[in-house]
Amino acid sequence: MPKLTVKSATLLVLAVLIAVTPFFFPSGYYYRVGALIFVNGLAVTGIVILTGYAGQISLGHAGFAGIGGYACALAPEYLGLHPALAMVLGAAVSAVLAYLVGRPILRLKGYYLAVATLGFGILVSMVLNNERDLTGGPDGIAVPELGLRGVLKDWGLNLSNGQFWYFFCGIVLLLGAWIALNLYQSPTGRALRALHGSEVASGTVGIDVARVKLQAFVISAVYASVAGSLVALQNKFITPDVAGFMHSIEMVTMAVLGGAGSVLGAVFGAGILTLLPQALTVLAEYEQLVLGLVMMLVMIFLREGLLPSILRRLRGRGE
Amino acid sequence: MTLLSVEGLGIAFGGIKAVHDVSFRVEPGEIVSVIGPNGAGKTTLFNMISGVYQPGAGRVLLEGEDVTGMAPFRLAQRGMSRTFQNLQIFQNMTVLENAIAGFHLQERGTVLADLFNLPSSRRRARQAEAGARELLARVGLERAADREAASLSYGSLKRLEIARALAMRPRVLLLDEPAAGCNAVETEEIDHLIAEVAASGVAILLVEHDMKMVMRISNHIVVLDHGEKIAEGAPAEVSRNPAVIAAYLGTEEAADADG
Repeated sequence: MPKLTVKSATLLVLAVLIAVTPFFFPSGYYYRVGALIFVNGLAVTGIVILTGYAGQISLGHAGFAGIGGYACALAPEYLGLHPALAMVLGAAVSAVLAYLVGRPILRLKGYYLAVATLGFGILVSMVLNNERDLTGGPDGIAVPELGLRGVLKDWGLNLSNGQFWYFFCGIVLLLGAWIALNLYQSPTGRALRALHGSEVASGTVGIDVARVKLQAFVISAVYASVAGSLVALQNKFITPDVAGFMHSIEMVTMAVLGGAGSVLGAVFGAGILTLLPQALTVLAEYEQLVLGLVMMLVMIFLREGLLPSILRRLRGRGE
Repeated sequence: MTLLSVEGLGIAFGGIKAVHDVSFRVEPGEIVSVIGPNGAGKTTLFNMISGVYQPGAGRVLLEGEDVTGMAPFRLAQRGMSRTFQNLQIFQNMTVLENAIAGFHLQERGTVLADLFNLPSSRRRARQAEAGARELLARVGLERAADREAASLSYGSLKRLEIARALAMRPRVLLLDEPAAGCNAVETEEIDHLIAEVAASGVAILLVEHDMKMVMRISNHIVVLDHGEKIAEGAPAEVSRNPAVIAAYLGTEEAADADG
């Protein structure tokens, strides 16, 4: 049997999961949960590139999700763009903004970088909350229909709304994972990981540290932006919460919980943190408490993240 | 043409002169060693030349171009590479990936090609990998290629760092104690490697505590004490120089001399 590379193995596992899981859904509601996991997984894959590969921290990435989401609400209305093009525009705006914001910010390290990106996220969130005339303020704003489901229906593929978004987000996640895995083993990805390993040594081999940091920041911003667009288009509605501080924290937590270094780990973390609150609703007011406890235990006992730790155990037993 | 020339270089930390008015030159194919007791300012001098510290005074010229205080990555683009006394290895990568990282300037291309795994990106990565495997073989690490760098012995990591520095095909190479922590056999191997690299026309600046090695391979020796150049010349001259003997075996520094 030919040896599977990490890349093809990851893509295979993801594709099989996306295709097979619906057979076990007790009700149509689970398509929605699945789509949410994929969207979160996509945003977290961006965090993997920034944090897992390049070793940089952002606590403001929800700001880019907000830009992606509101682009889908505003661009069709004010610019007459098709929602799909609005998503592309949102990604482009996020990329440009990430470049402009990242340039001064990425010279900072550790805590300072975290605080500066935090400030950026809060800024976006405040604009979305306060520019009522444009954004509808805290109440949110309607987002037009993507329309792709109708097209598929004309072609004879009749999907329910839940099914359509499940598979659409699944395919976008696969694409995002493919790109992230390409990057990992590419020259640019190697430079990012080098910078994570030693900034001093990176400089001596000619890596322009500031430049590659900025590249990682821009790429991960595009991931967050597309994820924000998908959430808005699926719900046909968006509120400033998508750009909120809690959402930024959620992204980083999912990445760290699942294992920030691997794409599959990111999706795993996104899955757990999306499902766990739903499973814990039986605990009513203790839900948050148990959630916090689980996270603490993972960080204390499985510091590399869930997936890498589990794989290591399995491998250890095999030998 | 002189590859590297250092003119009146100096730096002070908190009013104390760590290095003061040091000048020398390194020609293509020449091995120049900087020696001196512990705390003489050798590593500080290295850090100024390689752009880690901003010199307080003086100039560094690379092929006649003033590169004083230039960021390390820009110096790398101009053909200067270095290794570190306390190892700077990419611990999160395999041995092979560490060596490939040395090819960064040759293998980098557009980010888009990398994101979409275009043929150009794959070709660059493949070439870098082939070059890296060749270099690993040259330093005797080819069998360790797929191991985690963190799992290597100190001596092996030293050789890995040299391989990574050579990957850049530097014209000026700064080696900060390349043989430290290596056994006699390894030291001799490194010895041969350095001589070989110099023979290919690279200008080498070396800091090393192993005096036998320094005397054997250097063309020229610069002696520092208390941050100042107290002597320079061919190995035989320097070893007879009374000021040098005093610095190494003098009343106070005697205890530090071989440290």
